[in-house]
Amino acid sequence: MGGLGSAPLPPLTPEDHVLGDGSGEPRLIVYADYECPYCAVLEQRLVRAGEPWVFRHFPVRSKHPRAWAAACAAEAAGLQGRFGEMHASLYADQARLEDPHLWERARALDLDVERFDADRRSEAVVARVRRDFESGVRAGVVTTPTLFEQGVMRAGVPADT
Amino acid sequence: MSVVEPGTPAPDFKLRREDYSRFTREDLLGRTTVLVFYPFAFSAVCTDQLNLYEEVLDQFTAQGATLYGVSCDSVDAQRAFKEKLGITIEQLSDWEPKGATCRAFGVYFEKGGMPTRALVMIGPDGVVQWSWEGEHPGVLPGANLIFDALAARE
Repeated sequence: MGGLGSAPLPPLTPEDHVLGDGSGEPRLIVYADYECPYCAVLEQRLVRAGEPWVFRHFPVRSKHPRAWAAACAAEAAGLQGRFGEMHASLYADQARLEDPHLWERARALDLDVERFDADRRSEAVVARVRRDFESGVRAGVVTTPTLFEQGVMRAGVPADT
Repeated sequence: MSVVEPGTPAPDFKLRREDYSRFTREDLLGRTTVLVFYPFAFSAVCTDQLNLYEEVLDQFTAQGATLYGVSCDSVDAQRAFKEKLGITIEQLSDWEPKGATCRAFGVYFEKGGMPTRALVMIGPDGVVQWSWEGEHPGVLPGANLIFDALAARE
């Protein structure tokens, strides 16, 4: 883990996950986790809004014990080209985030489950999730969800989203 | 009343640890300490703050900093709060005489009967190196602010 002192929010990079329909530059960068119920509410609203957004991982173990595993599962699915589908699957049912549930989701998405399971535990995937988390910490994120719109940080689910 | 400023020697104070033993100014000497003052155990905002600090606790430790949560809740309430959160950050109680330590550090909110949300970093010599106080209890200090303060020591 590198330094965690203050740093500006990283701009959109090719490695970021851009979700949602529509074209154009995403207005929102969202830091969230898959076990957070407020994040699931925000997810529904973002999907309905029909604009693209950037999703970054912000799992905190003591608050949401399965959030790290779920984030790594999404990244592992991403290595087989199915990040968006796994992301949607996790938010669609937050009560089933244990390992057998993750394998079941991988099977439902026709992933190579053996590869998925190796990838989600790999250093590269953990580092990918940690990079998002650290960028959030350095930008001042404390809770999930936290949104950035044109550089302005807002914690929680905004009423106007 | 506002939080103690950098360069000020930490005041004399008495807090209770989880085993009911005393935690005083002498316990600050010889290491870097960060006192995390928060309004109430079990309040949602305090929960998020301590959860995040727990997530990066190994980094605080690597930089030689020891964190403590401080509130005016009783020892038993703090212990239950810590267990509920699943965190290891030790809690210190300013229960009786209520708020005496918080007043000494300039972080007691009289009307609310609680500490304001504040951070105080004290050096190994017992002198305040850095402090932060939110405009209101809803403002959450990110872990980045503490890392900035730790980096500024060097």
